[in-house]
Amino acid sequence: MKRNEEKKRRDIVSESYLQTIGRRFMHHHLAVVSLVVVALLAGAALLAPVIAPYNPDDIVGPFSGAPSGEFWLGTDQIGRDVLSRLLYAMRISLLVGVMATLISTVIGVVLGLIAGYFGGVADMAIMRFTDMVMSFPYILLVLVAAAVFKPGLWNIILILGFVDWPGIARLVRGNVLNLRETNFVKGNIVAGMPLRHILFSEILPNTVAPILVYATSVLALSMLDEAALSFLGLGVQPPTASLGNMLNGAQSLTVLTKQPWLWIPAGLLIVILVMAINFIGDALRDALDPGSRR
Amino acid sequence: MGKYIVKRILIAIPVLIGITIIDYAIMCMAGSPLEMLQGPRISEAAVEARKIALGLDRPFYIQYFVWLGQLLRGNMGYSIKSWQPVSEMIGSHLGPTLLLMGVSLIVSLLIAVPAGIYSAIHQYSKGDYAVVTFSFLGSSIPGFFLSLLLIYIFTVKLGWLPSSGMTTLGTAGGFGDVARHMVMPVIVLAASMAGSNIRYIRSAVLEILQQDYLRTARAKGIGHFKVIGKHALRNALVPIVTVIGMEIPVLFGGAVIIEQVFSWPGLGLMTMSAITSRDYPVIMGVCLLSAVVVLAANLITDILYALVDPTIQLD
Repeated sequence: MKRNEEKKRRDIVSESYLQTIGRRFMHHHLAVVSLVVVALLAGAALLAPVIAPYNPDDIVGPFSGAPSGEFWLGTDQIGRDVLSRLLYAMRISLLVGVMATLISTVIGVVLGLIAGYFGGVADMAIMRFTDMVMSFPYILLVLVAAAVFKPGLWNIILILGFVDWPGIARLVRGNVLNLRETNFVKGNIVAGMPLRHILFSEILPNTVAPILVYATSVLALSMLDEAALSFLGLGVQPPTASLGNMLNGAQSLTVLTKQPWLWIPAGLLIVILVMAINFIGDALRDALDPGSRR
Repeated sequence: MGKYIVKRILIAIPVLIGITIIDYAIMCMAGSPLEMLQGPRISEAAVEARKIALGLDRPFYIQYFVWLGQLLRGNMGYSIKSWQPVSEMIGSHLGPTLLLMGVSLIVSLLIAVPAGIYSAIHQYSKGDYAVVTFSFLGSSIPGFFLSLLLIYIFTVKLGWLPSSGMTTLGTAGGFGDVARHMVMPVIVLAASMAGSNIRYIRSAVLEILQQDYLRTARAKGIGHFKVIGKHALRNALVPIVTVIGMEIPVLFGGAVIIEQVFSWPGLGLMTMSAITSRDYPVIMGVCLLSAVVVLAANLITDILYALVDPTIQLD
């Protein structure tokens, strides 16, 4: 028993940073389950062309057919297979979420680095601009932008990407302000290291963990926004299926009351995906927290 | 304190002006609202005449200054679609939205505050896990999907609740009727707010529970109840104030989709129809109003901080 404890302690002392994070992450059982769920769903979405039973845009069965052995989740109003459309829709929704997150993270990191490191006028201008973007009620801004630019897959990605960055910019700026006062950064400045090196090789790696955590919540949010926009008809346009526009049909009373297979699976998929991503983000927050004692 | 408030307002003014510029620029990229009027029965000359009458032939910055000048004189312009004054339209739709938002905010706080505190005090218990899981569910479920589910269950299957509007058509309405129409939209808005609020309050209270003054309070042996009730909860007021401040802009936007689904006759519904018909003056009016609300909410939050936490110094 005692030897076991000692061995454990020695393991903790000698384990690498990534191992520590992995071990802490494993404490969150829900997050581990979520990771498996997201991996499975993302895998299914990626492999959609291989595993989907039918072409998502082909009319293959009866109109609004109920789930059956042939069509597991039924068929939609014009006879397309719901399961196949669902797989392709997940692809689109994940693509929108991931791309929008990438764009907003890049914008936020660059602006945050500049504002935090250079301070002065640059900081003032960037932070006031951030305030402006944040002062719009978020959904209102997205809706106006979606109505202004022609709705479509890439426009949605760009709009969400350009709206989600202020949080990340603020976070990065705050971290940079702290890091600039640390001795290792001051040392670099004194040593005359090039600015590029200080910003991207010294400061950025030390603020990756909070950015990663924040990005997971942006991912969850942008998937929710895509769903809402597409639901209102301002997002991804049919015939391309997205999880949001598959729910669009439920605005008609017949679909809502008599054909639940047309909208409940898509809605549930959104909930499951977003919830799993949120759980993963939460566990990452704990695992990456340097103050954690586990 | 007075000095701080003046300073904050002075900072807010350029932000506000910036917002109107961004707003107007996006709007101008959108294309002409006259596109909506065009049809086989309207001649091009008529469209051109209308364009000049509305001042749309002038460059965008002049249009902007004309609009800004009018605004400073208290005139928010007229709707291009219905020719009603924008301020009047906003005024008549504001009531239902404020009612919906206010009730949802109160309901969400009534859920989130006790749940967040309970869950922090009983950290890692079964109850805590249940509360946290529920809160994740609340913030992960899209509002419109929850609305559809509720309509499906309570209107279609059970027939208990009306699914659209604020009053039953053809009746005088009255308190009971409005309340029945409000149940579902309030549940949807409150669930999504409570979701994030619970976790925020929980982590804030957890942090308070680790403070030295609480250890001292416990060490004095004044009893668990007093430690939590007197020493911990008072300090939990700060995060609760933050939560209220954070929710106000969210409420303002979140209501758009929910009002659309439930046909609630508020600002959101009006905004959606203005957006689809490119009714610039109305959209500008709503954006301006919401920006003012958000900036005011931020300011009030900061002032309330100072009131609930004397250690915060404003300067």
